Amino acid sequence: MAAQIGQFALALAWVVTAYSVVASLLGIRLKNDNLIASGRNAALGVFASITTAIVCLGYLFAISDFSIKYIASHSNRDLPIYFKVSSIWGGQEGSLLFWGWLLTLYTALVIFQNWRKHSSIMPYVTAVLMTTSLFFTTLHLFAVNPFNQTVILQAANSPIPFVPRDGQGLNPLLQDAYMVIHPPMLYLGFVGFAVPFAFAMAALFTRQLGDTWIRTTRRWTMIAWMFLSIGIMLGGKWAYHELGWGGFWAWDPVENASLMPWLIGTAFLHSVMVQEKKGMLKVWNMVLVIMSYIMSIFGTFLTRSGVVNSVHAFAQSSIGGYFAAFIVIALSASLFLLFDRLPYLKSENQMESMVSRESSFLFNNLILLAACFAVFWGTMFPVFSEAVTGRKITVSAPFFNEVNVPIAIFLMFLTGVGPLLAWRKASTDSLKRNFLTPAIIALTAGVVLYIRGLQHLYAWVAVVMSIFVAITIVREFYKGAMARTVGTGERFVEAIINLTFRNTRRYGGYIVHFGFVLLFIGWSGQAFTTDTSADMGIGDTLNLREYTLRMDKLETGDDPNYFSDKASVSLFEYGTKVANLYPERRVYKAGSEQQPLSVVSIYDSARNLYRSDVYIVFAGATRDGKKAVIQAFYNPLTAWVWIGGCVLVIGTLIALLPNKKTVIRRRTEAEIKEEPKAVETQV
Amino acid sequence: MKRKQLKFVVGSMVIILTIAYLAYSGYQDSKSYFQTVPELYAMKDSAVGVRTQVSGDVVAGTIQRSDDGKVVDFVIGQEPKTLKVRYIGKDPLPDTLIDRATAIASGSLGRDGVFTANQITAKCASKYEKEKAAGVNIAKE
Repeated sequence: MAAQIGQFALALAWVVTAYSVVASLLGIRLKNDNLIASGRNAALGVFASITTAIVCLGYLFAISDFSIKYIASHSNRDLPIYFKVSSIWGGQEGSLLFWGWLLTLYTALVIFQNWRKHSSIMPYVTAVLMTTSLFFTTLHLFAVNPFNQTVILQAANSPIPFVPRDGQGLNPLLQDAYMVIHPPMLYLGFVGFAVPFAFAMAALFTRQLGDTWIRTTRRWTMIAWMFLSIGIMLGGKWAYHELGWGGFWAWDPVENASLMPWLIGTAFLHSVMVQEKKGMLKVWNMVLVIMSYIMSIFGTFLTRSGVVNSVHAFAQSSIGGYFAAFIVIALSASLFLLFDRLPYLKSENQMESMVSRESSFLFNNLILLAACFAVFWGTMFPVFSEAVTGRKITVSAPFFNEVNVPIAIFLMFLTGVGPLLAWRKASTDSLKRNFLTPAIIALTAGVVLYIRGLQHLYAWVAVVMSIFVAITIVREFYKGAMARTVGTGERFVEAIINLTFRNTRRYGGYIVHFGFVLLFIGWSGQAFTTDTSADMGIGDTLNLREYTLRMDKLETGDDPNYFSDKASVSLFEYGTKVANLYPERRVYKAGSEQQPLSVVSIYDSARNLYRSDVYIVFAGATRDGKKAVIQAFYNPLTAWVWIGGCVLVIGTLIALLPNKKTVIRRRTEAEIKEEPKAVETQV
Repeated sequence: MKRKQLKFVVGSMVIILTIAYLAYSGYQDSKSYFQTVPELYAMKDSAVGVRTQVSGDVVAGTIQRSDDGKVVDFVIGQEPKTLKVRYIGKDPLPDTLIDRATAIASGSLGRDGVFTANQITAKCASKYEKEKAAGVNIAKE
């Protein structure tokens, strides 16, 4: 029953989405407010409809209805309920449905938030969002329908419906808490870029290219960017503790797919300031908005179509053609519209000096785009090389690192310098005032660190640069707060808080930069990872830098969902016992393959400043079955990557808040506007 | 005004050329041919000694570990075009390397026809796709 309801909801969603696009466009054309309102209501209807479909799918998972193929191939009876729920986005069909659902959720939010405020552009926004939605509902209904029945295929006969006794189970790698939350975050990011795109297109359509669209677009880009950052971070965290190779980023196509819109979004969030302050880079910003949207669709395409090999690539499936067509159409339509409106996007100023805020933004954009381009090229190289030479050539981590490590270091440099440069032209005096002290401190620290053994070139530059940037940021807070304490008589801490919440964009931005500094320090620790492995029986020990591992126990366990071999390992730091670690090796019962999976055990040394992780993998058993093959990694500074990520998100949240002062003013304005309308609704 | 713009053009060019150079050298350091087993056969001798990634399904029952567990031999591909792979890497093999999984071996082909790999990735066949077979698999049980 639920399957039929879901199926019907998808069909309904498709029809209503198409109607919403047509009604909005016709309404605009005929200047018919009723049609426009009808298009808007239809968009809300699509949200309700796809929500119904998602709920039905969740329900089918909950009751383990294996007559539905998607349920049969991604769940089993003994799967814990929270994994059953997360199985909704555990495979091709469901994850695309989830994507489509988030898009309609965003559409509904955008409509509620902006319909009255920006009534002239909202019909266009609705039309653009619903056009994207039409693409996804088409996929749901015709290409990757999650409500299809389980069938037996026989060559001669037509498929016979069939209900298996149990499902194939969810991929063990996805049976992980991070996998419950990582895809929704990532998708909220990906899908979020559709909103700025819709506003940009609406602005181009209506030729209303003033402040309104920029402000709305900037905020929504920040929201999308934040979710994408969280998603990427959680993905890294998942890879780190689930895949068991000791790292968190491998330049896998799927990781790259999420990085590309992130890089372009980052570029836009910076260059948009140049447009706000100086009226420059207008065309460029449009291009960035278009590219971040296209890249998020492209990212979905990469992960879903199997066009390149990856740990994640789900399928060699039929949806590649749909995506390619949609990307070509969306890209050419939006670029055509942009080209047509070029006269409305004239720059109001020109770049004057190489040493100015504008130029630092320009270079920031240039290298972010270069990084994105390099990642794109590296990811797609197998496809391009095969098309041109007939042989698939792949590039791997060294390519990505050799390009992106210097880029990241240069970016870090700009992070420290850019925010303190004056607009137009920075004077030599101000350069000295702002940068001399931080530079001297950072270089002194650099000399000390070099003597103490930090002699890896890139890591050294990265750390020195991080120190430099950290000092400039701390100084900004300090100077601002001191000025406040003098002016208002507030205490120092109070002054810092008020300072931050009265100019959330600026100080939130600094906090984001600070998060990036921490992340950078954590990342530079990658240069110093070491690992070792050994066959360990009971009582055997293994040395790893200042740590010693001792195997205490080897036992087997039995969970409804899997069998497991468990090791109990004592960890000694300089001879003192600090932890018990329990690496595990599981074999999941569902499905016919009995796929084994290593469960990593990680010791995070929070007590020392370096916060090195000891990362232990139960890699397998020796042939006689008496010993465990244990692999141990020593990962310095890794914890700072996660800490930096959290700081970055907090900073973004602060930057999203309205400034403290303006809140009060806005509220009164809103109240004045609300009053007559409140009367209307009462009537 | 023109001189100012020229400065920006030159500055940008320097950055772009530096990145292009880095990309080129990175490409030289890490490029690797990606081929299936039949494609490797077609290459004949020209494939010997070239850095390659070869992909194929693991032939059931061929995974053999040496006594010390350091070297693992297995066969990928489909009869008659199969390829002996010898894994000599230091990392433990991925959990997903099991019979009939799709394996990607990175390394190079030796004169003796054995492919020496220092890295293996593997995808467990049915968990990822070949979902079309799902119904049939269960029916056979």
